[in-house]
Amino acid sequence: MRRVALIAVPYAWLLTLFLIPFLIVFKISLSDMALAIPPYTPTLNDGLAALIAGLDFENFVFLTTDDLYYKAYLSSLQIALFSTLMTLLVGYPIAYGMARAPQEWRATLMMLVILPFWTSFLIRVYAWVGILSNEGVLNQFLLWLGLVSEPLTILNTTTAVYIGIVYTYLPFMILPIYAALDRMDDSLIEAAEDLGCSRLTAFWLVTIPLSRNGIIAGCFLVFIPALGEFVIPSLLGGSGTLMIGKVLFEEFFNNRDWPVASAVAVILLLILIVPIVLFQRNQQRQAEAEQ
Amino acid sequence: MKRLSWFNVTSLTLGFAFLYLPMVLLIIYSFNASKLVTVWAGFSTKWYGTLFQNEAFLDAAWVTLKVAVISSTFATVLGTMAAYVLVRSGRFWGRTLFSGMIYAPLVMPEVITGLSLLLLFISIGLDRGVMTIVLAHTTFSMCFVSVVVSSRLISFDRSLEEAALDLGCSAFDAFRLVTLPIIAPAVISGWLLAFTLSLDDLVIASFVSGPSSTTLPIKIWSAVRLGVSPEINALSTIMIGIVTVGVITASLVSKRNSLRMQREEQAAERPA
Repeated sequence: MRRVALIAVPYAWLLTLFLIPFLIVFKISLSDMALAIPPYTPTLNDGLAALIAGLDFENFVFLTTDDLYYKAYLSSLQIALFSTLMTLLVGYPIAYGMARAPQEWRATLMMLVILPFWTSFLIRVYAWVGILSNEGVLNQFLLWLGLVSEPLTILNTTTAVYIGIVYTYLPFMILPIYAALDRMDDSLIEAAEDLGCSRLTAFWLVTIPLSRNGIIAGCFLVFIPALGEFVIPSLLGGSGTLMIGKVLFEEFFNNRDWPVASAVAVILLLILIVPIVLFQRNQQRQAEAEQ
Repeated sequence: MKRLSWFNVTSLTLGFAFLYLPMVLLIIYSFNASKLVTVWAGFSTKWYGTLFQNEAFLDAAWVTLKVAVISSTFATVLGTMAAYVLVRSGRFWGRTLFSGMIYAPLVMPEVITGLSLLLLFISIGLDRGVMTIVLAHTTFSMCFVSVVVSSRLISFDRSLEEAALDLGCSAFDAFRLVTLPIIAPAVISGWLLAFTLSLDDLVIASFVSGPSSTTLPIKIWSAVRLGVSPEINALSTIMIGIVTVGVITASLVSKRNSLRMQREEQAAERPA
């Protein structure tokens, strides 16, 4: 009896506040926009037959007619993909350096990587506004050095979005790679070097493959949230930066078109299912390998 | 043998400079007397003064704190229950769905979570306010709590619990007196994680908050959309300061605890 109650409480909570809301989004994505408030046709009061008759794919068809949407999906995928690769390039040397650092430093280094994660995401993105703007710290520094003769425009461009994503998601990349490198047996590198590998070849042929699971986990942990990112493109990106999270937010709050916003959400979810399933499979394989 | 080559030193230095420089600059500029980023007009704490006179910020901070305390407490209870179910309950009807619902919110884009919860609240006619933010935050942070707690439960020696049951404890007492003290560190870090996630959330709160329940991130958001604001710099400095003190304290406490555990283990191993 107690066991049933223990299972039922969190189960019922998640069903009501996680699963059912998705079904509602799905339903509304298939309904018409009505002028009444809330701006969609009523869903719960009709009979089942009326409900099915009322369903149509108009909103999804609409998404294909306006090229804003497919451009936004494509550019989100592109931005998420490139920024994941850049985060990997920046994060790997840091994780590698941490794994090579003396044992007594490692706990401190680990804390230094985790600390930004506890500070507000919004504030960490906002910090870059003052750095990247035309009169910002970076431009003043470059002008002072004499590297540029007039300020570079970085804020409100896609470049700023890349910087923002790399900066805020860097800990998610460092931690799994560090965990993989930390578990690695150093004598393998020595063996490779004894057998005639150069240090670089040993790194390429031994270290990289052994940290593969960490790399994969880190990449998914950056790619998946970056794809639906809203705060970074809105604060650092310009009007030319299209990302689907921002489009959804604006569709909902500025255009008040709830059915279309729901359809945008449904498609984003379908796109995300592939990387999420791949990520879970990687985690499972890793867990099995450890046993 | 570990060698820290010049390459490793450089990558660590540059990497941590990249992670910390933006925050350090934010802190420095919060003490700038000038409103502009361009000019350093001398040291001043006036923005902290105007911040603490700004009623709207103080109200928002109060709402945020209230939401964070309530939602992280609910999330900890529900998340611990969910972790217990995942690790201990074996097979039951709909287990796959249950674990899917625990893991999916961890990677769900916030815009989707926010939109779907808002549509739920509207279709059941619940007015938006503090209560809806609490419900939303509890739901996504309970999943984070249950992941943290279940990793501790997996490594837990079950025979301790069985011993308590054999010695006549009820199942609830065995949980309260044996299991809970052992998993307590994970439960506490789960609570802290839920608390931080709630303090931090902008997107979901934007969807489910009402006019009378503006949270601090929403307030910050509307201020920084217009560009750099010295009051927000001051507010950020305060928040970074609190987090830094908290994280350093927590790591010192956990270091001291693990040293004490080591000593106790050594003492126990020594023949009496």
